Amino acid sequence: MFVRWSAAIAAAILLSSPALLQGARAADKLTDPQIAHIAYTAGVIDINAAKQAQKKARNKDVKAFAEDMLRDHEAVNKQALALVKKLNVTPEDNDTSKALSKQASEKLAEQDKLSGAAFDKAYVANEVAYHKTVNGALETQLIPSASNAELKSLLQTGLKIFQGHQQHAEHVAAELK
Amino acid sequence: MPGRLSAIASAVLLVASAVPAHAATIEITMENLEVSPKDASAEVGDTIEWINKDVFAHTATAGNGDFDVNLPAKKSGTLVLKKAGTVYYYCRYHPNMKATLKIEP
Repeated sequence: MFVRWSAAIAAAILLSSPALLQGARAADKLTDPQIAHIAYTAGVIDINAAKQAQKKARNKDVKAFAEDMLRDHEAVNKQALALVKKLNVTPEDNDTSKALSKQASEKLAEQDKLSGAAFDKAYVANEVAYHKTVNGALETQLIPSASNAELKSLLQTGLKIFQGHQQHAEHVAAELK
Repeated sequence: MPGRLSAIASAVLLVASAVPAHAATIEITMENLEVSPKDASAEVGDTIEWINKDVFAHTATAGNGDFDVNLPAKKSGTLVLKKAGTVYYYCRYHPNMKATLKIEP
């Protein structure tokens, strides 16, 4: 049963459907070690995308955006690691994390084939979509499920940062057109 | 002894009168992606000091292009106000951080 719900959440995150997330919320409660793992994984995914963009992006605003993502997500993940250490929590891999990682590596491979302006556009468009998805998951799933107050608070700060990233990405996307 | 005290007192008065009364430093904090106070008032000649308490870099960027102050993680940045008006500003990295500065002449 648990596995099935995790898979449902993973699907919900992938499809970024608020309705599915809402549906999963009522019945499932992720544990703090799982939430920590998902949040950390989500950060690593964006760090990897930023590293790819640093190598491939051509537009200077896109390059600068990738640098901002790298800096912020590394800072958030550093805080997350410090927190799990302090709380003596071991992040626990789970279906949501696995699904996120799988989709991200597919995206990286897909974008690796692009270059120049096509890459810039695809990267920024994906950043908008990705942050939207992660923010939806944070708001409806991860934050409400978190038990530990410090973890909840870190996720709330994360949400504000990622909402900022989403707006920033939207601005960059608008400039590219 | 009373002579020396009054000399000190007048020296203090001289120093006090040499500093214009309105040249204040206004502190604005950025913490957990919140700008506080969100709406600040100041006068031309005042200094704004933004204190970034986050582990993330922020900026104080005027919507009208008047200023763009970089605020690295856990660092402060200052700006001396030169022009009156109400300025809307935001963080370039996190545009959801918005605030206004009312600058009186």
